[in-house]
Amino acid sequence: MNLSLLSAPFTRSDSQVQGIMAAVMLALVPATVFGVVIFGWPAFFLWTVTVLSALVFEAACLALAGKPVNAILRDGSAMLSGWLVAMTLPPWAPWWIGVVGAGIAIVVGKQVFGGLGQNPFNPAMLARVALLVAFPLEMTTWTLPSLPFSSSAPGLFDSLAITFAGAPAVDGMTGPTLIGNWKTELSQGRGLSESLISGHYNVLAAILGWKAGSLGETSSLLVVVGGLWLLKKKIISWHIPLSLLTTVALSASVFALIDGERYAGPVFHLTSGAVMLAAFFIATDYVTSPSSPAGQLIFGAGCGLFIFVIRTWGAYPEGAGFSVLLMNALTPVIDHYVRPRIYGRDLKGRPLDLPGGRR
Amino acid sequence: MAALSFFPFGTSGRIRGGVHPEPRKESTADRPIETAFPLPERLYLSLQQHAGQPAEPVVRVGEKVLRGQLLAAGQGAISAPVHAPTSGVVTDILEYPAAHPSALPTPTLLLEPDGENRWIETCELADPFSLPPEEISTRVGAAGVVGMGGAAFPSAVKLNLGRKTRIQTLLINGGECEPYLTCDDRLMRERAADVVDGILIMLHGLECNQAIVGIEDNKPEAFAAMSAAAAPYGGKVQVQQVPSLYPMGWDKQLIRYFTGKEVPAGGRSADIGVLMHNVATAYAVQQAVRFGRPLVSRIVTVSGSAVSAPRNVEAPIGTLLADLLAFCGHRPEDTASYVMGGPMMGDFLPHPRVPLVKGACGILALSRQEVAASDAKACIRCARCVSACPAGLLPLEMMARIRAGQLESALGYGLKDCISCGSCSYVCPSEIPLVHYFKYASGELVAREQTKHRTEQTKRLAEERQARFERQKREQAALAAQRKAQAQRKTEEAA
Ligand code: SF4
Ligand code: SF4
Repeated sequence: MNLSLLSAPFTRSDSQVQGIMAAVMLALVPATVFGVVIFGWPAFFLWTVTVLSALVFEAACLALAGKPVNAILRDGSAMLSGWLVAMTLPPWAPWWIGVVGAGIAIVVGKQVFGGLGQNPFNPAMLARVALLVAFPLEMTTWTLPSLPFSSSAPGLFDSLAITFAGAPAVDGMTGPTLIGNWKTELSQGRGLSESLISGHYNVLAAILGWKAGSLGETSSLLVVVGGLWLLKKKIISWHIPLSLLTTVALSASVFALIDGERYAGPVFHLTSGAVMLAAFFIATDYVTSPSSPAGQLIFGAGCGLFIFVIRTWGAYPEGAGFSVLLMNALTPVIDHYVRPRIYGRDLKGRPLDLPGGRR
Repeated sequence: MAALSFFPFGTSGRIRGGVHPEPRKESTADRPIETAFPLPERLYLSLQQHAGQPAEPVVRVGEKVLRGQLLAAGQGAISAPVHAPTSGVVTDILEYPAAHPSALPTPTLLLEPDGENRWIETCELADPFSLPPEEISTRVGAAGVVGMGGAAFPSAVKLNLGRKTRIQTLLINGGECEPYLTCDDRLMRERAADVVDGILIMLHGLECNQAIVGIEDNKPEAFAAMSAAAAPYGGKVQVQQVPSLYPMGWDKQLIRYFTGKEVPAGGRSADIGVLMHNVATAYAVQQAVRFGRPLVSRIVTVSGSAVSAPRNVEAPIGTLLADLLAFCGHRPEDTASYVMGGPMMGDFLPHPRVPLVKGACGILALSRQEVAASDAKACIRCARCVSACPAGLLPLEMMARIRAGQLESALGYGLKDCISCGSCSYVCPSEIPLVHYFKYASGELVAREQTKHRTEQTKRLAEERQARFERQKREQAALAAQRKAQAQRKTEEAA
């Protein structure tokens, strides 16, 4: 007999795992659709390939482990992982990048640890970082946005060739991302006033997402819209996004004030790369982030700090993936040391004093 | 426990954690208390309806008794007597299943009503406030009043403690935050004056000057009725609204809400000058002290979608729950779970052929859809259980440790501070029966503790026996040596 029939409470809220996963995916829809629109069919194919392979890998692992394939697949977690991997890929990356990414996320990132809830690292970020290390060329070939059906947008067959036959991207269709550009220019001794502001960096375009970048990351605005909706639905709590974004903004402001030529300001940092996606969708991953509100604040701040540090002084242009993985590694430590205060006890877990100083 | 739990988040507000279960109170809240419940053919009076020792029968089988007559006297410091809910004949004293998940047999007294329902001679007190304060708790104790909100702790013991510790505030819980339950709501609406009178009597017995009644803001009628009833007493009894949130009826949550103070772990609310009683207890106190009527009946909510006419019934203690359910149109075939109490903290009952006890505030016959039971899935570490916990615990961590068999480690996460309120299980999207783990682990730890104690005792006894044995051997040896020496001396002397 089912335990819920025998043991209190005899009523429960209607929140369910698959509902949560579905809500997160729904929140990803605006940014994803935007990515597909500005980067064309290849982006759509890549997204499809990545999500489908995530499902196939999950099903295969479950079958191998003798677990109920259908029941678990339906929780939506594999599809969400695949989707998140797709969000972080260059939109015109070849199909096998999506397959390998999904494989790393599901098999290495999740199933080897025992499946949902057991993995120490965020599967999507693990996949992204592994791809970046293993296939640096494919992972840093960026596409410039173009209006749908405009002359620069590839047709259906060209698109199939781009995604599935590895056709080289047409010249004039590729360009660096803003962060990548900023770092190259800096390394060549040019300051910000010469590089970004002279043409490449446009705040409005950056916020809206009209720029080169990963499939689902370019539009900070749409990512934030999805994220705020998740906050409103109480799927995620405010602690991680707020502390992450504040830390990024604060560190950027401090350094921009010290030397505005070398360090980009907070607006640049907040609107480029994967910061917003990380703040609302990646760092907030339940499984790999701390469970106490205080722990979440620390975790978010840590992610934010590492993002800024890696972007500013690291060898890789993008810091989000590494930062989140680093903080994931610290999650058990944070969870061990940062716990809520228990009713009637002080912060160290000792009973509160009685009035009059007795214990 | 190596934990340095810094960052006091979630402690600034007056309320921590809590959940908003669907109230499901509509079906019973608007119906007056049903007082015309027909006397059942037989009453089953459990002698263990309260925390503490079972009561000791003082009547013989075959004896005729009157309503309100003492049937069994309280035993020990924490106990309560049991009285006859109606006039009739004591037909048996036997072991009968208790209203408890285990349905283990407990000593039970059978009473066959004679239908006359004749009271013992009760004397109405014109002015209970002229009694010496300690007399109040004496009378409350003699009337067998226990906490009516579920815990069933003998009220007199609490009142005595409150008087001795000179509490400053008497908190009256009119929260009734559990879904389905409306018996306190109806009581406050229909008998507000009696409840307030009971509160004043308790204040007198406690030699205390301030009572605060907390009523959830989803019970405007009860609030209005109680406010009106309390108005003449000039602030002595303050009626206040509290947010409707579960578990607002947890005494420590209410205390924190009203006083901003927390009861230290391992302490009692009286330690910080507060005592809490439930509204139904205040009513029972009034009936006992003013009218000399022992606690022999109670108002209980009978609800759940497997009954067609849910309502609040004033029923004699000892009524079989099956009779009460039948009175309310019970459909056994639709029932997935029988619950005594509310759905959040109530007890599962394997069957309803168990008697109504003093602490039972609800009897629910829940259908499968209502229980919404499905299999537990993997924990996704969503931390919903953490934000729901009013005690500031980490349910997911405790659960993981208990699953891994590390009970001691679960203790380090505050297992002993868990009040089994069920908020964590309620919100868990993976439908993990968290509270079930915690209850199991607590029980297991107690059992281990006892075994350890027993083993140590056996060891000590064995050691003592061994020591005694050796001492005897030594003494005998010494004695023998002495005799030998004496004998030798004698032979020497003789020689
Ligand atoms: S609510 Fe359930 S799934 Fe979420 S962390 Fe707690 S135990 Fe895990
Ligand atoms: S049952 Fe225990 S752990 Fe769960 S919410 Fe209540 S106090 Fe917290």
